[in-house]
Amino acid sequence: MNDTMSRYRTMIGHRLFWPAAVLFVMLAANTIYRPGFLSIELKDGHLYGTPIDILRLSAPLILVALGMTLVISTGGIDLSVGSLCAISGAIACMYISKQPDQNSLGVVVTALAMAMGVSLVLGAWNGVLVAVIGIQPIIATLILMVAGRGLAQLITEGQIITINSEPYRAIGLGHALTLPLAIFIALAAALLVAAFTRRTALGMIIESVGGNAMASRLAGIRSGRVIFLAYVISAACAAVAGFMMTANVSSADGNAAGLWVELDAILAVVIGGTSLAGGRFFLSGTIIGALIIQTLTTTVYAMDISPQTSLLFKAVVVIAVCLIQAPAFRARFSRRRRNVPPPATIADKPKEQVPA
Amino acid sequence: MTDSRPVLTMTGISKSFPGVRALHDVNFRLFPGEVHALMGENGAGKSTLIKVLTGVYDTDQGAITLDGEPVSFTGPMQATAAGVSTVYQEVNLCTNLSVAENIFIGREPRVFGAVRWGEVRRRARALLASLDLDLDVSAPLGSYSLAIQQMVAIARAIDIKARVLILDEPTSSLDAGEVAQLFRIMRQLRDEGIAILFVTHFLDQVYEISDRITVLRNGGLVGEYLTTELPQLSLVEKMIGKELDVLEGIEEHSRRDLAALEEGTPLVAVSNFGRAGAVEPFSLTIHAGEVVGLAGLLGSGRTEVARLLFGADRTDGGQVAIDGTASSLRTPAQAIDHGVGFCSENRRAEGIVADLSVRENMILAMQAARGWLRPIPRRRQDELVDKYVKALNIRPADPEVPVRNLSGGNQQKVLLARWLITEPRLLILDEPTRGIDIGAKTEIQKLVTQLSDGGMAVLFISAELEEVLRLSHKVAVMRDRQMVAQLANDESLDADRIMQTIASGSHREEADR
Repeated sequence: MNDTMSRYRTMIGHRLFWPAAVLFVMLAANTIYRPGFLSIELKDGHLYGTPIDILRLSAPLILVALGMTLVISTGGIDLSVGSLCAISGAIACMYISKQPDQNSLGVVVTALAMAMGVSLVLGAWNGVLVAVIGIQPIIATLILMVAGRGLAQLITEGQIITINSEPYRAIGLGHALTLPLAIFIALAAALLVAAFTRRTALGMIIESVGGNAMASRLAGIRSGRVIFLAYVISAACAAVAGFMMTANVSSADGNAAGLWVELDAILAVVIGGTSLAGGRFFLSGTIIGALIIQTLTTTVYAMDISPQTSLLFKAVVVIAVCLIQAPAFRARFSRRRRNVPPPATIADKPKEQVPA
Repeated sequence: MTDSRPVLTMTGISKSFPGVRALHDVNFRLFPGEVHALMGENGAGKSTLIKVLTGVYDTDQGAITLDGEPVSFTGPMQATAAGVSTVYQEVNLCTNLSVAENIFIGREPRVFGAVRWGEVRRRARALLASLDLDLDVSAPLGSYSLAIQQMVAIARAIDIKARVLILDEPTSSLDAGEVAQLFRIMRQLRDEGIAILFVTHFLDQVYEISDRITVLRNGGLVGEYLTTELPQLSLVEKMIGKELDVLEGIEEHSRRDLAALEEGTPLVAVSNFGRAGAVEPFSLTIHAGEVVGLAGLLGSGRTEVARLLFGADRTDGGQVAIDGTASSLRTPAQAIDHGVGFCSENRRAEGIVADLSVRENMILAMQAARGWLRPIPRRRQDELVDKYVKALNIRPADPEVPVRNLSGGNQQKVLLARWLITEPRLLILDEPTRGIDIGAKTEIQKLVTQLSDGGMAVLFISAELEEVLRLSHKVAVMRDRQMVAQLANDESLDADRIMQTIASGSHREEADR
C-alpha cells in the first residue's frame, strides 16, 4: 500500500506528468465527442487519421519550440523566429521559382542551403546583439521580428511566390515508412538538439548561464559564446520550420508564413516545464507542449467551435494547463486535503489584516 | 526572562525534502522577554525549523501554538501579521528599491488606495532614528553596505509590532561596532517583552546576549538549556556530538619560515593593480605553498583585491607576472587558465547555481575550462564528486540533489570542491568560513593548511583575525580601500598589532617586504 502510494507520488512529481496528463485528457475528450477521433487507416501505403494529422501539423511548431527552449534556458527569448520562418521559406521558394527545372533535386538542395545560410547569419545577428552588445533579448529579437517581415516581403517582391517542385513539396507533405516525412524531420531535429546539448556539456552550461549568469562567469564560463550559439540554433530550427510551412502550401507568403508562431513556441516551452526565468530546460516537455497546442487547434476545428470563440476557448485551456502545473496552485489544494485538523484561528484571520 | 507560559511552542516537528530528512521530531519553545539561541552545525536544521515556523515550508508532522492557540501559517505574510517576524541569514530585501520602500513594502500607509509616500518616508526616518541609524531613506537600499541592509531588514521586522522576532544569523556580516549596536537593540526589544529567536555561529555572542539555548544536531533535538548552566565547551560538544577535535597542528604550520617560502620566482606577482572607486593601486606577491591572509574591516577593499586578482573586475593599470612571465588577468576564464580559483563571499549570488545539482555545481569550473565540446565523462565526474563529497564531508551525500536543498555551509563546501577539482595553483577564498559552524570551520581551516603544504598558494580573506593569524604566512592589511601593510606572520605579530594597523594605517615601513 505504502509502496504504491510512493510510486504514485513519484509519478505525480515527475515533471512530464502534468503536461502528459493534459494531452491525454484532451485526446480522451475528443474521442468521447467524436468516437472516430483516434482511428487511423492505411490508404495507398500511407497512414491517415486525426492523430497523424496532429503529429504532422505540429512538426513546424516542435522545430521552432526546440530552438526556443535553448534560448529561454539562457534566460533570453527569441521573438524573431516567425519572421525567420518567413524569410527562409521566401528565399527557398524564390530561388526555386526562378529555375527552369523546379523538380531537380539539386535545385532544391541549393535553395535549402542558401536559405539556411541566410538564416544562420540572421541568428548570428540576434546572438551578437544579445551576447556581445548586451541588448535585452526581447528588444534585440523584436528588431528582427519586425524588420524580418519586411525582409521577407522584399525577397518575394510583395507577391505570393508559388512553386511547383515535387522534392520541395515532400518536406511538408511527403511520406516515408507510411508516415508523413515532416514527423521524421521534427524527430530528427529533436534527437539532434538533444544530442548536441546532452552529449556535450552545452546543455549544462546553458542551464548554468540561465540559472545564475554571475556565478557562471566566475566559474570561468564564457557565457557570450553559449548565448550566441543558442540564438544561432534557434534560427536554424526556425529555418527548417519555414521550409515545412511553405512546402505545405507550395508557396511563400512573406506576410503570413510563421505568423505568431513565436508565441505558440514560447507557450510550448513553458507548458513543457522550462522556466521563462532561465535555467533547467526540458526538450521532451517542449515537444509535449507543442503537441498540446496543436491538439487544441485541431480540437477547435473538430468540435465546430465558431472562429469567434475559438481563441477564447484556447485561452481558457492554456490558463488551466498553466495553473495545473504551478506548484503553488497545486499545493493550495493538496494542503487542504492533507491537514486533517483544520488550521484554526490565525490561519484565516490575518487575511483581513493584509492591506489590499 | 520570565517564567510565564511560552508565547510560542513547536512540538514534534518533522520535515523532509526529496533525499533529505531536515527535521525529525523537534520540540522548541519561546518565552516572552527572552533571547533564545538556536544552535547547531550547518545542516542541523536551524534554518528549516525557522522556515517551518514562519510558514515558508509546510510541516510533515507536528504542531505549532502561538499564545496557546494552534496555528499553521501558510506563508511569511501570515506569520508576520500574527506577530512572528523574521530577518533571514541572507538579506531578503529589494536592493533596487529605496530604504523607505523596503521597510514598508506590502503594508504601505494608504489613503483611498494611493500610497502616502510622505508618510512612508517620515515613518521610515523615525523608525531608523530609534535604531540610531542615520540613512537617506529615499536612496536605493543597494547603495548601502550589506551590514546596513541587515539593519534595515531588522527595522522592517520590528516595525510590524512583532511579538516574536526571529534573527537568522544577523551578525554574520556585521563588524564589532555594528554587532554591539544590534545587541543594544535586541536588549531593548527583549525588555519590551518581545521573544527573540537568535541564530548565530559566534559562540561569544551567544553567551553575551542569550538567556536560553536550544541545540539541534542532524535534524534532531539535542536539548534545551539555560545559558548560565551550559559551559561553552559542552555546548560545542553537544553541537558536534563528539569531543571537539581541537585545532592541533595548524598553529605550528603557519609559523614556518616565510623567507624559505619566498625564495625563487613568485607564482603571482602583481604591481600597481587597482580600480578607481574600488581599491587603490597595490602590489602583492604570492609564492607557491604560501598562505597570504587579507585582513581588514568590512568594506575595506578586501573583496575588491580578490576580484582584481581573479579578473572578475578589470584593473585600471599595472602589471602581472605569473611564474615570472608577464601576463594578464582580464577575465575569470583567463585567470582560471592560469590556475587561479576564486570562492566568492556571496555564495548565493556569485557562487552556486541553485537549479543545478551538487554534481553539476562541482564540475562546473572544470567543464568550463575544458569547453563544452569536451564533456567530462560521467564516470570521471562521479569519481571526482564522490571523492570531494567524502573529503569535505558534504551532507547529504547525494550528488544528484539540487544544490539549493543544501544548507549554507554545505553549499560553501560544494563551491570549495568546484575549485579543488580544477587543481588550482592559487586559490582565493573570500570569507570561506563566514556563517558556517565551528565544525565545518575547522575542517576548512585544516584543508587550507593541507593544500598549502601540498604546494598550493592561498589568498585567505576573513574578518576574523584569529583565523587569519592561525593560517597565514603573511598578512596583508586593508584599510579604507588601501593595502596599508604586509606583515610577516612571526612571533611579533598578533591580533592587537593587526588591529592597530587597521586602526592607524601605520606600519607602512614594512609594506615592501
